[in-house]
Amino acid sequence: MGISVSHISKSYKAVKALKDISFEVKAGELFGLIGPDGAGKTTLFRILTTLLIANEGTATVANFDVISDYKNIRKSVGYMPGKFSLYQDLTVEENLDFFATIFGTTIEENYDLIKDIYVQIAPFKDRRAGKLSGGMKQKLALCCALIHKPKVLFLDEPTTGVDPVSRKEFWDMLKRLQQKGITILVSTPYMDEAALCDRIALIQDGKILEIDTPQAIVKHYPKQIYNVRANNTYQLIKALNTYKHNHSTYPFGEFVHYTDSRLNFNPDDLVRYLESKKLSNIEIEKTNPTIEDTFMELAK
Amino acid sequence: MKRFIGFIKKEFYHIFRDRRSLFILFGMPIAQIMLFGFAITNEINNVDIAVLDHSKDATTKEIINKISASKYFSINQFIDKESDIETIFKKGKVKAVLNFEKDFSKNLIKDHNAKIQIVTDATDPNTANTISNYVNAILIQYQKELNKNITISYQIVPRTRMVYNPELKSVYMFVPGVMTIILMLVSAMMTSISITREKELGTMEILLVSPIKPIQVIVGKVFPYIFLSIINAIVIVLLSIFIFKMPVQGSLFLLGMESVLFIITALALGILISTISATQQTAMMISLIGLMLPVILLSGFIFPISSMPLPLQMISNIIPAKWFIIIIKGIMLKGVGMQFIWKETLILLGMTIFFIGLSVKKYKIRLE
Amino acid sequence: MKNNKVIQVEGLTKIFGDFAAVNAITFEVNKGEIFGFLGANGAGKTTAMKMLIGISTPTSGKANVAGFDVHKHAEDIKKNIGYMSQKFALYDDLTVKENITFFGGIYGLSRKRIKEKSAVLIEELGLEKVANKLVGALPLGWKQKLSFSVALLHEPKIVFLDEPTGGVDPITRRQFWEMIYKAASEGTTVFVTTHYMDEAEYCDRVSIMVNGKIEALDTPKRLKEKFKVDHMNDVFLKLARG
Repeated sequence: MGISVSHISKSYKAVKALKDISFEVKAGELFGLIGPDGAGKTTLFRILTTLLIANEGTATVANFDVISDYKNIRKSVGYMPGKFSLYQDLTVEENLDFFATIFGTTIEENYDLIKDIYVQIAPFKDRRAGKLSGGMKQKLALCCALIHKPKVLFLDEPTTGVDPVSRKEFWDMLKRLQQKGITILVSTPYMDEAALCDRIALIQDGKILEIDTPQAIVKHYPKQIYNVRANNTYQLIKALNTYKHNHSTYPFGEFVHYTDSRLNFNPDDLVRYLESKKLSNIEIEKTNPTIEDTFMELAK
Repeated sequence: MKRFIGFIKKEFYHIFRDRRSLFILFGMPIAQIMLFGFAITNEINNVDIAVLDHSKDATTKEIINKISASKYFSINQFIDKESDIETIFKKGKVKAVLNFEKDFSKNLIKDHNAKIQIVTDATDPNTANTISNYVNAILIQYQKELNKNITISYQIVPRTRMVYNPELKSVYMFVPGVMTIILMLVSAMMTSISITREKELGTMEILLVSPIKPIQVIVGKVFPYIFLSIINAIVIVLLSIFIFKMPVQGSLFLLGMESVLFIITALALGILISTISATQQTAMMISLIGLMLPVILLSGFIFPISSMPLPLQMISNIIPAKWFIIIIKGIMLKGVGMQFIWKETLILLGMTIFFIGLSVKKYKIRLE
Repeated sequence: MKNNKVIQVEGLTKIFGDFAAVNAITFEVNKGEIFGFLGANGAGKTTAMKMLIGISTPTSGKANVAGFDVHKHAEDIKKNIGYMSQKFALYDDLTVKENITFFGGIYGLSRKRIKEKSAVLIEELGLEKVANKLVGALPLGWKQKLSFSVALLHEPKIVFLDEPTGGVDPITRRQFWEMIYKAASEGTTVFVTTHYMDEAEYCDRVSIMVNGKIEALDTPKRLKEKFKVDHMNDVFLKLARG
């Protein structure tokens, strides 16, 4: 078992950050914790990396208990906190060398593991970490978290503030690391990244909404979603929200995602209604739900 | 061990790449010593004085010569009557007037008692006080010379204040104080800042989630500063010996060992501060207000402890700097050995152990 | 109709040393349009936007924002635009009302006007219960909606949003975008910089900057058709990777 979390709760003063969280991550799995800021993701990461103690519940990481066996966990996990946490005044190479040393290893010893990533930042190895671009920093942080060949890798919002190109590269790297047998727990507020994980947990306000594979989660969506478009998006949203059969209306990129409360919904009815509201160029078509649709339906 | 060396290497990178902290480390001691040595000084040089000589005999002439020959005073003018004293002060031309009584020589020989009045402009009380002390010193010196020729001498003038610093050089008083401040500043403030910086950056999180032991982190943080503080102590001592010609009477080895002890006390305080503050700013504020102010105000560095109100005297006892200043003054100025300062050393050692114990107990292996 | 263009940029360039951060960009934004301004980290978005909001002087080129020239009337531009960034939005240690009053005051609204406006705003956002609470205690999503409203307080012609919805939960994000649509339908031009492509899909038109130049500018739909992909993300990847 990679990670096992059982009935974990955690409060800060009056705020309940985590409420009775349970889930399991199999060894070698790429597991995503998907939820907005303030959902409790970082608190959960800190409990699992032995930095915080939960008020209730138990958890194990790589089969070590997070409280009684915390020393063993610290030897066998890699952790990349949400905020860029490397020494800005040290160069790329010095940072990597430092983390290798405190984990009692050397860059050469585990070079295999980081090679793919390191070659991309190697041209800048004498540059101070503080002067790197966002994507480069993130790659360096990943190298530092991997340098001791951890069994479990914790990545707290690794792609926040990083551009799409670097994000794509980052996820490709995670896939390759997974193939080397590393269990990965990654958190992200971006729903579109969920599809890249083996399994995901949707989390909001300290509670898990659902745990499953991204495909299954999407399949469980209870309704047919329609993409609706018209000449004026704002008027369209207003009209849909006041439609008596409206189940949900959410702007979704260039469309509005609409679900109807009736089982025998006929799009033509809706077209007529929207036309009565003086909207034109109306398009309605069926579409498949996304993780984000599911999240909103569950969080409703 | 390799881990530990790696950690220390990193610390030195931090220190040498941060110009600001480098400046505090090495610029400050030199600047402070120079400031206290040259600018902020109780010494007087070529102070203008006036003389009102009612007797104008051989002895007064000799004394006047002695005084004007010293580098401290230059005689600006001679006046004739008492009423001129006020006029001359009002003009602000002189800081003091020496008023010799009538028949000075005669009185001295006959009664062994001649009177001289030193009138000083006390608008600047410190200078006034110093001037009168200096004149006194010259007079005593003169008396001694007189008494040497005459075999019988009853003149015992107890002036303990000047025994260890006969020229009343203020730099001698400041060096121990400045050294204390610098060691406190560098050791406590810099360590607490460097530890809280890791907290602020988030690197402390990564260090905690690694096999490196808390004690290694702490000792690794502290070690470079022990080293740098020792260099600072050496620089200060060298500066005072070679620039201010200050003699170090006692054993340099003892001085060194006591300094190391005090450095460790200060480092322990620094660690303690870092355990209770979350940001560099807080650490700096606590170090400055909680450590620097007491060192300057309550340690006896500037204000004598004996003249403080009793409650403050009691508080001064818990300030490590007080004991260190007693120790180094003893070694540097009096040349005493361990037998005279073991009590103070023991107190300092006790405090150090207490602070280290407390900070180890307070150091967290987790985030809260 | 020339008046319809609230932003006109021609050959706008900013050079730092020998590096052209923004290299002769040219585009126009219409009144009431939601315009997405995209680019990778370091592509020059921020530099370009700083020139448009009048806090950085262009090296060369022309730009007219809200009817004012960026070279000559930068101060007038500032009065006619609103600005909201994810990094700095509101003062956490002031209450909701205090924040509104403060920002209203900065833009020279009369006390009476501020009072009216803040009452409307608080009601619209449903913040009646927390109007006298510190902003720091509000959830992130509420803060962002509030700070958007505050940016619109002085009824600017254009509002600049710098990565407005990062990290916000999906439902609040939708509410945020509804507010943007509303502002746009009332004639306010919305200029959004982001590197989240799903945010780009909401815009009427988007431009994509690569290495200081605008490499693409069109509606999301046409861009996707042109590059034969399903998502803006892929458009971006194709462009940025060359």
